[in-house]
Amino acid sequence: MSTMVANNKRSFGSTLWDYLTTVDHKKIAILYLVAGGFFFIIGGLEALAIRWQLVKPMNDFVSAGLYNELITMHGTTMIFLAAMPLIFAFMNAVVPLQIGARDVAFPFLNSLGFWLFLFGGIMLNVGWITGGAADAGWTAYAPLSTTSPGEGVDYYVLGLQISGAGTLIGGINFLVTIVNMRAPGMTYMRMPLFTWTAFVASALILFAFPALTVGLFLMMFDRLFGSGFFDPNMGGNSVIWQHLFWIFGHPEVYILALPAFGIFSEIISTFSRKRLFGYSAMVFATVLIGFLGFMVWAHHMFTVGMGPAANSIFAVATMAIAIPTGIKIFNWLFTLWGGNIQINTPMLWSLGFIPTFTLGGMTGVMVAAASADYQFHDSYFVVAHFHYVIVGGVVFALFAATHYWWPKMFGKILNDTLGKVTFWLFFIGFHLTFFIQHFLGLMGMPRRYWVFLEDQGLDLGNAISTTGAFLMGLGTIVLLYNIVVTSVKGEKVGSDPWDARTLEWAIPSPPPFYNFKQLPLVRGLDPLWIEKTEGRKGMTPAEPISDIHMPNNSFLPFVMSLGFFIAGFGFIYQKYDLVWLSLVFIGMGIALGAMLMRSVKDDLGYHIHKEDLVKEAKE
Amino acid sequence: MKDWMGKIRTLSVFSLMVVFLSACGRDNLTALVPKGYGAEESLRVIIITVIVMIVVFIVVMAIFIFVLMKYRQKKGQENMIPKQTEGNKTLEIVWTVIPILLLIVIAIPTVAVTYDLADETEKEDSLNINVTGKQFWWHFEYAEEQIQTSQDLYIPVGQKVYLNMLSSDVIHSFWVPSLSGKMDVNPDNENTMYIEAYEEGVYWGKCAEFCGDSHSLMDFKIVAVSQEEYDQWVTDMQNVDAEAVPESTTAQEGKALFEDSCLSCHAVGNTPSVGPNLSNFGDRSTIAGVLEHSEEELVEWILDPGSKKPGNGMLDAPYLEEKSVSEEDAEKIAEYLLQLKASEITPDSAQ
Repeated sequence: MSTMVANNKRSFGSTLWDYLTTVDHKKIAILYLVAGGFFFIIGGLEALAIRWQLVKPMNDFVSAGLYNELITMHGTTMIFLAAMPLIFAFMNAVVPLQIGARDVAFPFLNSLGFWLFLFGGIMLNVGWITGGAADAGWTAYAPLSTTSPGEGVDYYVLGLQISGAGTLIGGINFLVTIVNMRAPGMTYMRMPLFTWTAFVASALILFAFPALTVGLFLMMFDRLFGSGFFDPNMGGNSVIWQHLFWIFGHPEVYILALPAFGIFSEIISTFSRKRLFGYSAMVFATVLIGFLGFMVWAHHMFTVGMGPAANSIFAVATMAIAIPTGIKIFNWLFTLWGGNIQINTPMLWSLGFIPTFTLGGMTGVMVAAASADYQFHDSYFVVAHFHYVIVGGVVFALFAATHYWWPKMFGKILNDTLGKVTFWLFFIGFHLTFFIQHFLGLMGMPRRYWVFLEDQGLDLGNAISTTGAFLMGLGTIVLLYNIVVTSVKGEKVGSDPWDARTLEWAIPSPPPFYNFKQLPLVRGLDPLWIEKTEGRKGMTPAEPISDIHMPNNSFLPFVMSLGFFIAGFGFIYQKYDLVWLSLVFIGMGIALGAMLMRSVKDDLGYHIHKEDLVKEAKE
Repeated sequence: MKDWMGKIRTLSVFSLMVVFLSACGRDNLTALVPKGYGAEESLRVIIITVIVMIVVFIVVMAIFIFVLMKYRQKKGQENMIPKQTEGNKTLEIVWTVIPILLLIVIAIPTVAVTYDLADETEKEDSLNINVTGKQFWWHFEYAEEQIQTSQDLYIPVGQKVYLNMLSSDVIHSFWVPSLSGKMDVNPDNENTMYIEAYEEGVYWGKCAEFCGDSHSLMDFKIVAVSQEEYDQWVTDMQNVDAEAVPESTTAQEGKALFEDSCLSCHAVGNTPSVGPNLSNFGDRSTIAGVLEHSEEELVEWILDPGSKKPGNGMLDAPYLEEKSVSEEDAEKIAEYLLQLKASEITPDSAQ
């Protein structure tokens, strides 16, 4: 608690400096949460503009060019700048605590990962003020993307490259952390499911993001330096981009969805007051989904003309993913079975998730059937399907996690009534928006349509869909209001407000900056629950109180990211005038200089002394 | 009494059908009322998957609702700690094996139809049409018959027609939901698909791959007519006389203006062209794929094509930059174009 008191007394300037230089995973989590939340709102506003344009046939709310920018930026923002960082927010906030670690393996890299993501995200959005954002769809299919005029797609390429590097760094960091930094007794098969899913998702990041990196580099050379990797007129091949993009893009779905499954597993288990049913099957299913996730990318390309053999193989492989996913659904249901189910806001989101995601999975099998997908592909059916999966799966999980871990992160419980209002508005709005879109697609409405013609029987469905979207917006506003009200008025809670099961609830809320004074001894799955059922108040320590080694704060990650950000502008604008190359040199100079400084300057961190820890305990 | 019940039953079935059909969307556009082979086959697979999936959904929902009703926390039991079950081998095997079986039920027809729809054994002996997708219109070349046309694709009913598709710019996708699923039109390699219409009619086609500003306005039509009508259409189209002098003087003036300002891209007659071929423009069902087929719309289109179809190729036409075509000129050109009726066979023949 002493750190909290210290925080309150600080000036705004020093708090800002603290966050700019922090390497503490809990503060980085807050940074990810704020930045991801900000981009979620931007992406949401873009979605509302899209839906308003489609409220009636031949509407002229936005121009065709602006509409294309809106859909491109909505997709890109929601996937890369909202869902990913929000997942990272909870991975940062929770995973080190769940495995009983004092921080992640590479705190400096953790900070670098965040700042790269943020500067990349800003870069993506700069196009809005310099004459046009990216407009080739979030999938940026060549040759549309390579021939799109202006700098919009350049911002997409450079922005994603920078933020993608951040994500890759983050993924590697979590892999190493989970492999190396588990508390004594925390074997792999005792790890909470959220940690497991974070682990598998990190492995997916490690293997999937390089494909995106390669694709973006090729596209960067096509657009900025006159190469022709994707240009058929120069002997290139535009379909290669689709392969590269989806070799990354499909695992990306699981990078988002698996941690979401982890979140629901924690919440459902906690509020049923039951151990997760079929824990080892859940772990197995997670790994299997991650593995199969790499073998199915071409199901996004059934209509490309790959031939019946390739289409059939990818169709059947894709259907196979339904099996481990089904195992998960039934395990959640049987965790609830026989439980003592308490329905509060996080639980409501988790319960809402089950039917919603089941529908998303069902349509997933439907679009996996190649010969049926010839009709679904690139129609509103697909739009409905992936929103059921990504909103119904991932966004619901993020809302659930926000309510569930808010007390751990900030020491206060979000208002439950307001939380339920948010849920019902968003849940009803969501189904209103997207359920009807399945039918719109089959009735002949292709996706990414700026206008739809009159007299096609599509008017009513689109109007309903738009109504739902605004309900979702309303739900989000209630959540924001809830956050403000709770921050101002909310009462402080203790370390374990939910009577939960995992290690993060064994330490104060919010946790001290060193997390665990003494590393805990883990004696099984749900370690805190085990101790509580045996009548102990907290975890048994695995070590005596001793000095704790902590890393120093550093401003260098911010500086490096800023360097790449500046260099990005140089790369883009040198296509008009080579003078801009100077920005490349300045930016890369800053970034490489910061790296050199990091390499040559010893940063050994510092120790919290044993005496101080003892003294603090007595206070 | 029984009769009365029967009537009610028939009536309710009938009204349900009406509701269902009207909820299926516009006839000749929706994929839910197939009018051709590909659409019918795809819908068959769709229906199989839907049935299997609904069974799964009902099972999941039944357990879900039961669990919520039965095990929801009751007053006074806030601290009750339920039995901590680890798992159940039998159950877990059951919900692994049953989905595998269900997926096999789906996978077999999926693969069968996938191969069927890619079948090209009859290609040599069938009608072949070269389709070119361009931002934002479609060009159709009947290579053997030596016919060039655009936007309205005429096919004989009840026959497999092979479409060999290539794009001349970005990727497009050829989709006529009520006849068949879609196939991408790539700039790299030719894709082939076949369509077969069961009934005569004008079917709505859409571009389904995001291709730029006017992606949503890249509509086209498939006009399925009887074999005799189709044969006549082919003969008529082959005999189009590009030099034919229109009857009215305004149209004659229009022709001269057209040759000055438009012919560098467009064509009348069976010569290749950069822009759409206009031989049978007067017979078209729409202007530019989406506009009402009227002189008024056509004049507006000629004078300001960007407002109707943003980013389309006509915006580069020199006459727009030079402002060399006045409204009066445009009216004359429109009159000329609208009297370009190549054949007796028009979309109206497709009944």
